[in-house]
Order: sequence, then structure tokens, then C-alpha cells
Amino acid sequence: MAEQNQYPQLTGAEILWATLVGEGITTVFGYPGGAILPIYDALRKFPIHHVLVRHEQGASHMADGYARASGQVGVCMATSGPGATNLVTGIATAMLDSIPIVCITGQVSSKVLGSDAFQEVDITGITLPITKHNFLVTRAEDIAATVRKAFQVARSGRPGPVLVDITKDAQQAMAAFSFEAAEPAPARPHPMLKTETNAFTDAIELIRAAKRPVILAGHGIVESGAREQVIAFAEKLQVPVASTLLGLGAFPTYHPLSLGMMGMHGESWVNESIQQSDLLLAFGMRFDDRVTGNLALYAPNAKKIHIDIDPSEVNKNVKVNVALIGDLKKVLDALLPMLGDSPVAEDTWDRANEKSYGEPPTEWLREIDAMKGTASVRDIINLPDNGHLYAAHVINDIWREALDAGRLAQTVIVTDVGQHQMWEAQYYKHDAPRSLITSGGLGTMGFALPAAIGAKAACPEKDVWVIAGDGGFQMTASELSTIVQEGYAINIAVINNGFLGMVRQWQEAFYDKNYSASPILSPDFVMLAAAHGIDGATVSKRKDVTPTVTKARTSGKAFLINFQVEKEDGVYPMIAPGAALHEMVRRPTKDPLLETAEDE
Amino acid sequence: MLHTFVALVSDKPGVLTRVASLFRRLNINIVSLTVGESERADVSRMTIVCEAPEHAAHRIKASLYKLEITVNVDEVGRSEAVIRELCLIKVEAGPSHPLGQNSRSQIFELANVFRARVVDLAPESIMLEMTGAASKIEGLIQVITESGYNILEVSRTGRMAMRRGQHTSRVMKALGGPNGANDDAKLTSAEILPNEFDDVHEEEE
Repeated sequence: MAEQNQYPQLTGAEILWATLVGEGITTVFGYPGGAILPIYDALRKFPIHHVLVRHEQGASHMADGYARASGQVGVCMATSGPGATNLVTGIATAMLDSIPIVCITGQVSSKVLGSDAFQEVDITGITLPITKHNFLVTRAEDIAATVRKAFQVARSGRPGPVLVDITKDAQQAMAAFSFEAAEPAPARPHPMLKTETNAFTDAIELIRAAKRPVILAGHGIVESGAREQVIAFAEKLQVPVASTLLGLGAFPTYHPLSLGMMGMHGESWVNESIQQSDLLLAFGMRFDDRVTGNLALYAPNAKKIHIDIDPSEVNKNVKVNVALIGDLKKVLDALLPMLGDSPVAEDTWDRANEKSYGEPPTEWLREIDAMKGTASVRDIINLPDNGHLYAAHVINDIWREALDAGRLAQTVIVTDVGQHQMWEAQYYKHDAPRSLITSGGLGTMGFALPAAIGAKAACPEKDVWVIAGDGGFQMTASELSTIVQEGYAINIAVINNGFLGMVRQWQEAFYDKNYSASPILSPDFVMLAAAHGIDGATVSKRKDVTPTVTKARTSGKAFLINFQVEKEDGVYPMIAPGAALHEMVRRPTKDPLLETAEDE
Repeated sequence: MLHTFVALVSDKPGVLTRVASLFRRLNINIVSLTVGESERADVSRMTIVCEAPEHAAHRIKASLYKLEITVNVDEVGRSEAVIRELCLIKVEAGPSHPLGQNSRSQIFELANVFRARVVDLAPESIMLEMTGAASKIEGLIQVITESGYNILEVSRTGRMAMRRGQHTSRVMKALGGPNGANDDAKLTSAEILPNEFDDVHEEEE
């Protein structure tokens, strides 16, 4: 106790804020309520900006968007009971995509815990399977150490959400506070293979023997900061790079070795190259069912090397030949010098001008190039304007507008879930890490708008675009008011086709066009925006897309564009459930010769 | 097949739920789970036996280690570890039993063969305590039943496991000895072997 006396006495609520300040937090997203009032009362004494959300689900998505945009831990808070349960969807979203967020919830007083007190809910019990870890704090003196531990857990290893539930009496009680004294013990020893183990030698052997290698680039590259290492690896051996949805931007798309997105809606040449590969190098990805298709038929001739920080991902879905467990950046740093001289011909990549010249340097890359040619003739982007507005056009033009304005590196796209999300992944070319924020694992509709608010709070200097469908946008549209209250200049593109488009597409393909509950009525989104004091416009012709996008981007305020697009459009290519990765439904084409030649 | 895991976990409220919840999430049935104190302060030791396909073992072990409350996880096979279970069996026996006083002596005899101990003698019942491999316990229960005795209660702890010999994982080495000091060097194999219980407990087949 004598030792404690040298530290100032603060209330638990003040200790919480002081600890958040110490952790470098400047913005939190939350909603007050009875059991967290002491914390809100103490807020004014600390240099932290609080963003008032309209629904707590928005708070957890905002913390998530903040973390994805900045790479820093996002923080959200809510009161006990319904406030806490409303966070759940956002926490699960962060869990499935390994996003570091810390959620602070108020809890009823420790004296009445377990008595079904007003607004009491066992939130640590509820969130147990969807957090990396969670804590219940009942004493003021435990707050600092627990919150610091929460940040450590959220950031370390494979990141993830952590919840800290603090009882009201702990917020009110006094305790000695020292940020330094509350430093957690170092994180547990993390499984990391040593370079002398056989795994590295085995990996080198497989890499040297490969003739048709493909890198599978995942979200782990972004989280580990291994972009340079992956580029160096790919260039050294001239290995083409396919990306997962969350891996988009991890490897630059302008790079000649970049193939694009793999999986259910990946381009045909990407999935074909994976199926024809003789060595898959999985970098920080987890072989989700959306990227493998039918597991039994997945890349049948390929050896597999899996590099991941989480040993529980190894052999989970796809059996691999070699697993290198550890932080991707560290593993690649160890692996790169062991590769020796490049066994392939000099590449044709002119780095200064970001252009490649002449033929690709390997037979494998030339084969892939030929596959790209057959796909591009089907692409809607390459077809003449037929008077209809397609979502693919809208997204392509948003990308092109940012590129032409020189703002590409300064643009963050936040997508919702559904058809527009896949079109975005196909037609927006992401060069920079953290330039795409999307809910991949959980597929949470309603994610885009609140996550974009978090991204804008993290990166106010960037252009932040929401791209959402008419369905998902209505799930969290109440956060429009938050945008206005915060004065955020967020651009919103609603891809409006009058349907829950992805559901409709599946009903068309697998349920005899029985459009059960997929047509959706929407309000006039421009008027809805106007009701919030947000400018907007409706666009239904291709020629109006780019000028309106420019207008929105340069308005300096929030702006909503309602894009009235083709109603019954589908996302292609598509791999049906149960089909192998190469058995994709290609883009439909009007050319009968192409149909017979390509769809055999 | 049956997998046996030994997990060292921090001794805090809710830890059992976290471990149990993991198995529920993986849709794996826990056959038995024992928890108790370990050689380290604030660390509990769990032995978890579960039924899962052979290839699932790695993932279960890695998922257990992923839990923040886990200090270390070890998977032990039958050959490399001593696996034991404690069982209390209450059998109806005594003067009012159809076999009369004989019933008691016959139970004593059976207990003797199985190296079980009589720990309670009541007018109408006898309580036996037995430690051993699960198959031996099941053997005793079967013999008692087949001899025409009525078993009133059975309480089994579930399996506990400990590796034979000196075995320290990298994680445990990094953590140092039970008292904080890294006293690996102090332990010699002579201090650990031979297992003094070897003659009492037979090997599980």
C-alpha cells in the first residue's frame, strides 16, 4: 500500500480514460446509458473525442473501420444490457476478420451481479465465443491493468476484438493510478518456428521444384506489414499473386504479377491458375470456403506451403505439405535469403515507369496471360454502352475518377455485403493496403456506413467512399445523422437495384427464380439524405456517373449518390456451391461463337 | 478416436467455461474433464479427454493454446503417459442382503483382486475406492454387477494424465520452474524416475 500512495487517487472512470489516453487513443465511438454514466461523466477531463452513434452496432463497426483504416486499435463503448448486446454483431464482424478493437461496456454494480438487475446481461458470457478474450472488472484498482492487457491481447499475434465489462461501482470507486505500473506482463511465448527446423528446408525444396507456383495473398500481409517482403518474394521467383477479398491492396494491382481476386467471384484466369498450379504459397490467408470451392477438387496437383501466425489454421480446411508458423514478415525475412539466386529469367518489369515490356519471363506466366485474353472479351467494361447503367460501370468509374484526379492513394472504399461488394472487388483496382474496408468473414450487411465513419475518423485527410446496396444501406442508415453531427465529408454511393441482389441472384440460379422476399422497397435516398442535411443526386445514365462522382468528392461535405442500376444483373464469374474452383459460370456473352467456344 | 490433452490454465473464474465453450464451438464431445491445482501458483491443470477424428488433434491443441487463459497444452498418448482415474463405488451389502454376511466378504474379495480399497462400511452398503485405468474400473463394476450385487452409486473423476520421464515443452522452459526460477538444471532424471506407483498400477492396454 505504501508504494501505491505515491500515485494519484482517481475514480475508476477517470482511470479508464487515463489508460485509454496512455494507449494513444484519441477517438472513441459510443452511446451512454445508466451503467456507464460515471465513465461519460469523467469524459470531459480527457483529450479524447467521443463520437455519438445512433445504434451501438454502429459503434462496434466504427471501431472496426477505424482499426482497418489506421492499423491502430479501435475503441467503442456502450452501456449494460441492450447497449452491450447491440455491440455483438460488430464484435463478431471484427472477430471473423481478425480486427483489433477494444469494447468497453458498463455493467450493473458488483453487489447486484447475477440478480437480473435492470439492464443486466451477462455480456462476457454472450461474447465469449466472438471475442479473442474478454474481462469482467469489479474493482477500480483492476481497471488500468485490465484495459492495458486488453490492448495487448487485441494487438498481439493474430489480432481480434477484446471486451472489458466494468461494473458501475468499480467506475465510481477510488484507486491509485499509474499507467506505467499497470503494464501487462509480456504476451505469452508465441509459436514461431525456428529457421533450423526442417520446415524451412522442406519449403525451399518445394519452391525450387515448382514450375507453376501461385502466391495466395491474404489479410495477414496487411496485418503483418509484409508487403515489401511479398513483393520481393514474388519478383525474385516471378510468382503470380492471387488475392483473397481481404488481401486486395496487400499486393499492388498495378504490378504485372498481380492476378486479382480468387474465389467464388474471382476472375477465371485467377481460379484457373490456382487449379493448374503445382505449388500454392498461402501467405496470411485461411483457405475460407469462399476461396476454395469444393475442397476435394481444390488445386489437385499443387503442393501447399502455408505461412500463418495462427497454428490452428494449419490443415483446417486444406491439408498442406509445409506449415511455417509465425509472423509473416518475420518468416519471409528468414525465408528470402535462403532462396538463393533467382532461377528464372530476368523479369520485364520497368519499376520506374510501372510498366512491363515484352513477354512475361516464364512459360507459366505466358500461359496465364493467354487465359486473361479469353476473359476480357466477355467483360461488361469492354462492351459498348447500351443505354443501361450497370453497377460494374459505376464502380469502375469511381475508381477511374479517383485515379484521374490523382487521389487513388488517398481514397478508402468501404463496402457493404452483397453483389456490389463483389463488383467493387472486381472493378476497383486496389493498389494500397487498407484502401478497401469490407466485412469478409462474417459478411455483415449494414457494415459500410458505420465502418466508413470509423475510417474517416481515423483518416480525415482521405476521401472515404461508402459503397452499399439498397438493402444493406437501410440496415444502418440512421448513422447518416452521426455523419452530420460530426461534420464528416463522407461520400456515399448506393447501388440501387430494388432487390437484395445477391439473394436474388442465388434464387435465380438455384431456386427457379422464386424471388422470395428479395424485392425491396426503399425510400427516396436523396430525400432521406436531404432530411439529414446531406446533399445528394440520383444517377441512372453512364454519362452522368463521373461528373457526379467528381461533384461528390470535391464538395467538401457528405454527399449521397443514388445509382439506379440494372435490376436483374448478376455477379460473374461465379462458382456454384459444391463446384470446383475452375468449374465457374463465366460471364454471359451475346456472341454465340464465344458461347460455344468457351462454355464447353 | 479418443484424444487426451493436458492443459495448464490460469486459475480464474470462468476459465472452465472458456475451455468447455471451445469444444462446443468445434462440435466435439468431451468424454471427461478433470480440473485441479498444479505445481504452479495460480495455474490449474486440466486433463481433457475427447472423441474426435485423428486429424483433429492438432487443431484442438492449437485452438486450446489460442485461449488467452491457457499457459500450455500437451497432447499425451497412452504409451508415453500415465493415465489414471479415481472411482468411488457404493454397493448394497450387509446382513439384510440375500447373501447375508457373506455379501460383505465377497465384496471384500472382489475389491482385493482389483486392488480397490474399502473406504466406508455401513449396515446396508460398502463404499469402494479404486484408482486405475478406465478399463480396470469398468472391469470391477462389471464383476460386481455380474455377481448379483446392486450398485447404488458410482462417481468417477474422469481421466488424469501425466507424461512419463522428464518432459518440458518450449513454452514451459520459457516460463521457468514452478517457483519462478529456471531450475531445469536442478532436476535430474533420477529424481523423477522410477515411478513409485508402477507396481501398484497396471498399464492400460
